[in-house]
Amino acid sequence: MSTSANQVPRELPTARSMCWHCQSEVCGEYFCGRCVKVQPLSKELDYFTCMNLPCRLILDEKSLEETFYSLSRMFHPDFYANKDEGEKMVSLRNTALLNTAYRTLKDPIQRAEYLIRLEAGSVKDIRSAPPADLFDEILEIQENLEEFRSLTSQTNSERGKELKAKLQIERETLGARQEEMKAKLFGKFKDWDDLQGGEEESPEIRAKKNAILKEMQEILSNRTYVRNIVNDLIAATN
Amino acid sequence: MARIVGIDLGTTNSLVAYMDGDVPQVIEGKHGQSKVPSIVGLTDNGLIVGEPAKEHLVREPSRTIYSVKRFMGKSLADVSEELKYFPYALQEKGGVIRIQIGEKTYSPPQVSAMILKELKLRAEAHLGEEIAKAVITVPAYFNDSQRQATKDAGLIAGLEVLRIVNEPTAASLAYGLQKKTQGLIAVYDLGGGTFDISLLKLKDGIFEVLATNGNTHLGGDDFDRCLVRSIIQEINEQYGVKVEDYSDLMQIVRLESERVKIRLSSEKKTSISINLPEGAVAYTREWSRDELESLTEDLVKQTLMPCRLVLQDAGLQASDVDEVVLVGGSTRMPLVRQMVQELFGKVPHCELNPDEVVALGAAVQAGILAGDNKDMLLLDVTPLSLGIETMGGVMSTLIRRNTTIPSSAKEMFTTYVDGQTSVDIHILQGERELVKDNRSLARFQLKVPPLPPAVPRVEVTFLIDANGMLNVTAADIRTGESQTVQVKPSHGLTDDEVEGMIRESFQFAAQDIKVRQAIEARTEADAILFATEKALKRGTALITLDEVQGIDKALDELRQAKGQDDHRVIRERIEDVEKVTHHLAEVLMDATLKEALENKKLSEVAD
Repeated sequence: MSTSANQVPRELPTARSMCWHCQSEVCGEYFCGRCVKVQPLSKELDYFTCMNLPCRLILDEKSLEETFYSLSRMFHPDFYANKDEGEKMVSLRNTALLNTAYRTLKDPIQRAEYLIRLEAGSVKDIRSAPPADLFDEILEIQENLEEFRSLTSQTNSERGKELKAKLQIERETLGARQEEMKAKLFGKFKDWDDLQGGEEESPEIRAKKNAILKEMQEILSNRTYVRNIVNDLIAATN
Repeated sequence: MARIVGIDLGTTNSLVAYMDGDVPQVIEGKHGQSKVPSIVGLTDNGLIVGEPAKEHLVREPSRTIYSVKRFMGKSLADVSEELKYFPYALQEKGGVIRIQIGEKTYSPPQVSAMILKELKLRAEAHLGEEIAKAVITVPAYFNDSQRQATKDAGLIAGLEVLRIVNEPTAASLAYGLQKKTQGLIAVYDLGGGTFDISLLKLKDGIFEVLATNGNTHLGGDDFDRCLVRSIIQEINEQYGVKVEDYSDLMQIVRLESERVKIRLSSEKKTSISINLPEGAVAYTREWSRDELESLTEDLVKQTLMPCRLVLQDAGLQASDVDEVVLVGGSTRMPLVRQMVQELFGKVPHCELNPDEVVALGAAVQAGILAGDNKDMLLLDVTPLSLGIETMGGVMSTLIRRNTTIPSSAKEMFTTYVDGQTSVDIHILQGERELVKDNRSLARFQLKVPPLPPAVPRVEVTFLIDANGMLNVTAADIRTGESQTVQVKPSHGLTDDEVEGMIRESFQFAAQDIKVRQAIEARTEADAILFATEKALKRGTALITLDEVQGIDKALDELRQAKGQDDHRVIRERIEDVEKVTHHLAEVLMDATLKEALENKKLSEVAD
């Protein structure tokens, strides 16, 4: 399913079923049918629904941008400067939500993290030990890094230069690892999307989905771990 | 809706513009000039602003305030390094700088308000209606305190500030409106005191800022100072005169340096001549563009790092940029153009007047807010990360830099001690890890119901609005009750202080155009009286007794006329003095020339 700017839905979950201003009934329209006041978006609204997208990880960036622009034209505070305080506030909050939704979905990593939070409800788990397949590699890096740091002012010594060169190579290797992880994560995107759609979710499908979520979570936390080490390397060798 | 004007409140010059139908127009003054020098003079006759104040600067440097924008939202410690360049004394009260003039002190927003009032009057005179609403531009890299100070200045000037807009973004609106450009543009904005670089995506009327970076303490003022330093040193070496000891001479050197810098943008060489005190001969010298460039090269290079960072933040390469737009008077410098061109690999655009384009863009934004323009929409970002202090003096980021605004972040707070009734929250802005390296914006105490530890749950919402300014609200999750948060700014005026300043501003009854014209005329009369008396002393022997008596009479009449409220009478007497002193001026000029020639001969003999 794809959307374009002129097909933006007019039926997103809004906060109340009653207009905050004139108390007439609203069924998810952005604007009250009677008093034409803008309606607040629901706090429970997920970002995919907000952007009129299915809950999939591979998405059409062009249509995401179009939806963002057209919703911005509806809610942005610039168009409410002449309106009353109530409408101004709704416009401000809706736009803040819209901006967060767009920012999150635009970036594939943030998008995956958001989906995991949405589906599994868990916060990112923070890794304290290196990922198993990188254990030896990272152990060596950390030893070298420690020694290099202990040299403090004598980083220009023979040993210092040797270590620095080593750390720089290791930094590049880890950079390549990060790219591999990203590719692996994007591979999972397709697996996830393939399970979407269809009718009611069977227990098998749910189990498969949970497995994919778990795998993605694993890759993401490994990625964060490696990224922190790369940052340490950059800080120490620059 | 009442008309909204767009104001560019600059470090060196300020402008006001409005929408004339679909076209933004800068409003010109009496003599057709669009720029109002951002200078305020507090004379014995009253307040003067703009061009007359600039003339006043050399005569009474300690009572003339310029470049006040550099002090907006700052503490004394923030500007300690440049204090020596300013002729007026600075103090600090409640984290806010105060400028001392005579017995009184003024906060930077008060001084800015005087400039804003001048622009307001100019707009009212031109449009023939009262102006009470404005869009004011600020450097994109301004933090929350600096934006708040600007908004306060508007309030003090009697203007409701409907929107604070970033200068490079405003420029892009004017540019986009005129050129109908689509694609990726970089706006390089180097003004009198600040530098900004912004990357924008222009598509179907949407102006989406992707990233911004800058330096709020880098601009034309700093280029002038490079020259000032060299000239001071040369004068000291060649004539043994310490320029720093003469505040009026210091201002002459500063203004001459600015003039030399400007001329060297269009010419390869220019000469400078400065009269020195105590009978020393004038300092004369020719400056070349090459010399200026070698003095300022390091400063221009300092703008390149923010350019690279902005590309990195947007995840783009220099070659992705379709067009580069130059904004701000300092981009007239050939060296700046050359370096920008090298970095982006394309010839930058400078068809629009770099002095006016920001004000024009502010007017376009005013038109959008008025509901007259529904096609264009600006989506701007916050330039700096926002966070709060956590354990160990570390900043925890809530809203990252370059996030599209409005944007909000929620944070849950609870207690650690039984019966604890409040939680202290310290709000920060900046990119560094440690609290002490970032800008302290404000502190507040969150009220918590007295309960066992970890039971209370108070959710605080930090919201950055479309002005790039922070709003804080809090709600008790258990009861659903919201609470008002009294935020105390670290470097800003309190609401009470602003109110006091609004009242005080009425004292400057410069509202009435006639009163203002009289003040300006009197100030000019003072200058003429002073100069003529000095010339008479030197030249009495060179003219006839009749002439001397004629001049004395004209001076007496001018002294008497000064008390008049009608500026035309004062001006007429000024003209009279000018007429009768014409010959005196001529003979003095001849004498000076002769002296100079004789000196030259002497030096030639000495060779």
